[in-house]
Amino acid sequence: MKTLQTQIERIKARGQKAFVPYVMAGDGHLEEQLLYLQQKGATAIEVGIPFSDPVADGPVIQEAGQRALQNGANLTRILKELHTLQATIHIPLVLMTYLNPIIHYGIEKFVREAEAANVKGLIIPDMPLEEADCIQPFLIETDIALVQLISLTSPLERINKLAAAAEGFIYAVTVNGTTGSQSQFKSNLHEHFEVLERAASIPVLAGFGISTPQQVQEMNQYVDGVIVGSAIVKAFHENNNSHIDELLAAASSPIRS
Amino acid sequence: MTEATIKKGRYGKFGGQFVPETLMTALQQLEQAYEEAKQDPTFQQKLNGYLKDYVGRENPLYYAERLTKKLGGAKIYLKREDLNHTGAHKINNALGQALLAQRMGKKKVVAETGAGQHGVATATVCALFDLECIVFMGKEDVKRQALNVFRMELLGATVVSVDQGSGTLKDACNEALRYWVSNVEDTHYILGSALGPHPFPAIVRDFQRVIGDETRRQILEKEGKLPNTIVACVGGGSNAIGMFTPFVEDEDVALYGVEAAGSGIQSGLHAAAFAELQEGVLHGAYMYILQDEHGFIKEAHSISAGLDYPGVGPEHCHLHDIGRVQYDAVTDDEALEGLQLLSRTEGIIPALESSHAIYYAAQLAKKMKQDEILVICLSGRGDKDVQTVQKALEEK
Repeated sequence: MKTLQTQIERIKARGQKAFVPYVMAGDGHLEEQLLYLQQKGATAIEVGIPFSDPVADGPVIQEAGQRALQNGANLTRILKELHTLQATIHIPLVLMTYLNPIIHYGIEKFVREAEAANVKGLIIPDMPLEEADCIQPFLIETDIALVQLISLTSPLERINKLAAAAEGFIYAVTVNGTTGSQSQFKSNLHEHFEVLERAASIPVLAGFGISTPQQVQEMNQYVDGVIVGSAIVKAFHENNNSHIDELLAAASSPIRS
Repeated sequence: MTEATIKKGRYGKFGGQFVPETLMTALQQLEQAYEEAKQDPTFQQKLNGYLKDYVGRENPLYYAERLTKKLGGAKIYLKREDLNHTGAHKINNALGQALLAQRMGKKKVVAETGAGQHGVATATVCALFDLECIVFMGKEDVKRQALNVFRMELLGATVVSVDQGSGTLKDACNEALRYWVSNVEDTHYILGSALGPHPFPAIVRDFQRVIGDETRRQILEKEGKLPNTIVACVGGGSNAIGMFTPFVEDEDVALYGVEAAGSGIQSGLHAAAFAELQEGVLHGAYMYILQDEHGFIKEAHSISAGLDYPGVGPEHCHLHDIGRVQYDAVTDDEALEGLQLLSRTEGIIPALESSHAIYYAAQLAKKMKQDEILVICLSGRGDKDVQTVQKALEEK
C-alpha cells in the first residue's frame, strides 16, 4: 500500500475524516501555505501546477494559475522547491497537473524527480484511465499513487473499472462541472456515494464545488473525507485564513447523521 | 509514446481521448451513436438530402482559366466550398453533427468558433433543427469578426465572448469544453475542426470528405485523370482532411497543407505547428502544438482567425510523419497577396484562410507543366474578411 492511502486509512481507522486542501503553487508563498495547512491538521495537500489552458478548472483556480504563471511558476521550479521542503513538510503531497507540462518535461524524468521531491500522489485531470498507460508503468515501483477521478456520469461498469485501478484514494467528483463550480449538489448524491463505497476497496474523498463548512460536514456523512480547492485558494489570496480554519474545524468535528 | 500504446482513436501515435473523466461517457455515447448512424441508410439519405437542397451541393469544381494563364503553369481548378450555404465548408460538418445530436436526443448544442464560420454554420443548423445553441468565441475574434457575431445572433444563437488567455480560438475551445463538462447530459458539442478527443477527428473528417469525394468525381469527368497536386489550408485541418482523404491512397497525387506563418516563422508570431514539431496534449488530443520550454501552450498568431490555433489535427500529424502530405506555411502578407490575386483574376474574393492555400498553390503552379493539374480547396468566401483586409492593406 502506498503512503498516501496508508495515511488516509489511518485517519479512517480512528473514526475521523480526511481533509485534503488544494493550493496553487506559485500563487502566494508555497512553503508558508503548506506549513499552515499542515499545522492546522490537513491530512494531505494537493499542490496545483499552473497551466496555460486549465480546462477542468473554474474561474478561481484559473485566475490563481494566471497569477502563478505571471510569477514565473513552472513544473521545473516547483519540483525544485518541493525538494527543499522535505525537512518541514511531513504530510503527503499530491501533485495536480495537466498532462502537457509532464509530457514536455519528459514523463520518466518527471516521475524520478517527483519521487525525489517526496511527492506521494498524482492527479492528472485531462488523463482518463484509457490514456493512463503513458505514465502508469513508471509509477509502479514508486510510492506515488495515481489518483483516479470518478464522475457522476461514470456508469457502474466504468466505476468498477476505475475503482479497481485507483491508488491512494478515489476522487469522487461531486458535480458535472469545473473546480469551484457553484451548481447545486444533486439531491441523490448520497446514492452515488453508496455505489462508490461498494465499488471501492480504498478510501473515497469528495471534491469539486465544496466551499463551506456546512458542505464539508454534509459530504463527510457519506465519504471518507473531502478535497477543498477553490475556497482555500481564494482564502489564501484574500488573506482570509479564518475561513480555512473554519473548513478544517468542520472536517474534524463529529459527523452529524 | 511507444508503438505499444497505439489504440483506438489513434493516428500513429497521435489522437486519443485526453479529457476529464466527466466527458468520457459522453464520448463513448457519441462514438456509438456515430457508428450506428454510419450504418443507417436513412441517416445517410437525410444527410445527403440536406447537403443537396439546403447546402447547395454538389458545388462546382471550377477551372480558373485566367489565373492559370496568368501564372503560366499548371491548369488550376478551384473546389468551390465558398458557394455553400453560409459561405464555407464548415456547414458540411455542422449539419452532420446536428443530425447526430438529434439522433442522440440532445436538444442543446455548444460550439467554439474562431473566424465565426463554424459558429455561423452551427447556429444555422441549430435554427434548422430547433436546437438551443451557445457559441464561445474569443474576445479578439469577436472584435475582428463582428459581422459573424451578429449573424449568429440573428440565427438565434447565444454568443459568449471569452476574455481568458489570448481571447482567440484556443481559449474559446477551453470555454466550450468547460461548458460541455457542466452540461454534458443534455448538450452535444459540435466541434468544428478535425481536432479534439476521439471520435471527433474521425467524425469531422467523415463529414468533410464530401469535398474530396466530389472533387475526385468531378476532375475525372472533366479531365479523365486525377490531379497532380492538391493544396488546402490548415488551421485545425478540417477542409484539408476532407479534401485529402479520398486521395491519400493515390500516391501520384501530391498533397500540400498550408498553415499560417503569421508575421513569419522567425518572428515567433505564427500559427504553424509543423514549423516547430513539438508534441503534446491539448483539447483532448495528442498532436503537434506550439508550446514554450515549460510545456505551456503558446498563443498562435495569424491575420486569419480561422487558422489562429496552436495545434494541428492528429490525423494531419500522422500524415506529416509518414510523409504522405507536405506541410508548409504562408505569411499574413503572402495570404493578402493571394487574396488579391484571386479577386482580380477570377472575380472571387476568397476567405483569408483559403488565401493561404491560393498563395502557396500559385507558387507551385508556376513551376508545374501546362498539362499538369492543380486543385485548390477554396474553403470559404472572403466577405467576412473585407474589413480586416481593408485595414491591413491601408497599413502597408
